[in-house]
Amino acid sequence: MAFLFEKGLVVAILKEDFIKKALKLMLKISHLSVNHAEKKLLVDLSLSIASGTIHACMGPNGSGKSSLAYTLMGHPRYQVVAGSIFFNGIDITSMSADKRARAGMFLSLQQPYEIPGVTLSTLLRESFHAVHGQDMVDVYIDRLTQALRLLKMDGNFLQRSVHEGFSGGEKKRCEMLQLLVLQPKLVILDEVDSGLDVDAFKLVVNALHAFRTLCPDSSVLLITHYQTMLTALVPDTVSLLQDGTIIAQGGSELGSFIQEHGYEHAGY
Amino acid sequence: MQDTDKYSQGLTRELVIALSTEKNEPGWMTDFRLKALEIFERKPIPTWGADLSALDYQNICYYLKASKTQAESWDAVPDRIKKTFEALGVPQAERSFLAGVGAQFESELVYKNIQQKWKDKGVVFSDIETAIYDYPELVKKYFATVIPPHDNAFAALNSAVWSGGSFVYVPAGVHVDLPLQAYFRIDQKQMGQFERTLIIAEPGSSVHYVEGCSAPVHRSNSLHSAVVELIALEDSKIRYTTIQNWSQDVYNLVTKRAFAYKNATVEWVDGNFGSKVTMKYPCIVLKEEGAKGHIISIAVAGKDQHQDTGAKIIHCAPNTSSNIISKSISKQGGRTSYRGLLKVLKGATGVKARVQCDALLLDAQSRTDTYPTVNVFEERVDVGHEASVGTLNDEQVFYLMSRGLTQQQARALLVNGFIDVFVKELPMEYAVEINRLIAHEMEGSIG
Repeated sequence: MAFLFEKGLVVAILKEDFIKKALKLMLKISHLSVNHAEKKLLVDLSLSIASGTIHACMGPNGSGKSSLAYTLMGHPRYQVVAGSIFFNGIDITSMSADKRARAGMFLSLQQPYEIPGVTLSTLLRESFHAVHGQDMVDVYIDRLTQALRLLKMDGNFLQRSVHEGFSGGEKKRCEMLQLLVLQPKLVILDEVDSGLDVDAFKLVVNALHAFRTLCPDSSVLLITHYQTMLTALVPDTVSLLQDGTIIAQGGSELGSFIQEHGYEHAGY
Repeated sequence: MQDTDKYSQGLTRELVIALSTEKNEPGWMTDFRLKALEIFERKPIPTWGADLSALDYQNICYYLKASKTQAESWDAVPDRIKKTFEALGVPQAERSFLAGVGAQFESELVYKNIQQKWKDKGVVFSDIETAIYDYPELVKKYFATVIPPHDNAFAALNSAVWSGGSFVYVPAGVHVDLPLQAYFRIDQKQMGQFERTLIIAEPGSSVHYVEGCSAPVHRSNSLHSAVVELIALEDSKIRYTTIQNWSQDVYNLVTKRAFAYKNATVEWVDGNFGSKVTMKYPCIVLKEEGAKGHIISIAVAGKDQHQDTGAKIIHCAPNTSSNIISKSISKQGGRTSYRGLLKVLKGATGVKARVQCDALLLDAQSRTDTYPTVNVFEERVDVGHEASVGTLNDEQVFYLMSRGLTQQQARALLVNGFIDVFVKELPMEYAVEINRLIAHEMEGSIG
């Protein structure tokens, strides 16, 4: 057992198995500052995520959650002006998005982009090839078949253009499908729970549970507003963002606290 | 090359007569050629489109014979030509599913092969020179009726010096359900290629004709000026698919027109890659009630290229419908222009017509223009026109890269997505070829 302190407060009591996992660091963000067109999006942000853990990131709108997600994935609009990001011991701070993806990172977008004329099937195949090489066709088909079943998606879905005309629920299922096919090492979920009805929410949660079972050593960075998500996918650690930096960190109880009292009372 | 005799450069009456004599043509064709030459000499070269000022009509080879004999089977094709075909991937294509191949190599059909099945049903697929002898009534009845020599300067030039091209005749009620294919190629420096294709679909018949072009790189300007005439009689259907990938020095000035009679359908599927300048506006004249026309095209223009392409539909009769989809891609300073005509004549009520043209600009140096002309002389019609100009979306590129695709792969995939509506219309092997071509075109064009 151990205690985690943040700004002089005990914010978490860590269990032993968690400590073990924490020894295997997957993501280490150190003093990261990010700008976009002179605007400061992230300021001196530090965060570590251990292998096989779920880290939830909460915070009011505009606190920098999505900026963090995009920066981690290497979106060129987000300029790193200070600090570093290490992924599995490799400095990825200035790596392009495709290299990060091939290293095992995955970002599920809040509002995924429509790609007219490119079928979901093509996207899945091309990205699987890019990440895992050309020689694992059996694995690909196996994963795809299982994921479709799990997400209750028809095979015809694969012949539709990526996200084009998809409902909110379909978009998120489509992202989960890619997640289950690619099986990355680090998943960044940017408000995967937004805009979902009850049924779609269940399917997404099921997919995430399946992913956790399939890839126990993979980590999840869960960006969310809602306690329901944190109940469905219990985080090992939670951090609270404000003005582009982490102002509090703790265990899953921090999430409950925020949900109960609002952002204004948490972390101050 | 021993088997290549080249007509002296320069366009004269003597050359036309020599050409006609060499081909052992009937008198009416010689007369036709000479009249066309006179028309060409009087007709001004169009200046409303792409810049043609660098073309010198006296400095072009007008006729070239590649091989003295025409081959019925692959074994009889000379090795040199075989190698070229192999480079183009034709034998594979033939093995897979061709109904027949009549490939034009340096102005002559040297290889043709049509499945016995079609022959037995009365389908004719030959070079047009042969058809003049074997089916003189048919050729005389339809030749140059859709595109007469006086139509435009290049139709006149083609009529004077035409050589090679295909003749397709589909008897009433016969459906040629495998695409007929021809592979064209320009292989000699400075040679003009003036093939002529005539396709006749008798009532209730259908046919899909596929024409692919590829050319190696030459240093001086060469001219390709083809004429393609389609006649779709009552209740028939013709689809004509072209994929052209000319070398960067070719002027590709083509006239394509179809007549669609009662309840007939004509579809032009037209892909333009390569060339220095392309001017091509496939046209469908919907002559009788219920006729339908579809024109779907793409044009890709890179450095020093101008693709001035488009489509024309003329609704002459009631309850005719048409659909034009045009996609263009400009990159590395290339220029694309969409030039279209949609015309509805007085009395053509109940017409439905749609035009959609989308342009994609891959960088700030490239250019695209749209010149749509819509002339509607009838009130009770449903006519729509949409146009868009866009660039590759950075967010889409990021999304694909976040899935592991390199920037180049991501951009190529987006471009493929942009033209997917076109590629879907192609036979599988061409679809694959186009995707490869796009990937190749995207190399080194990252902005």
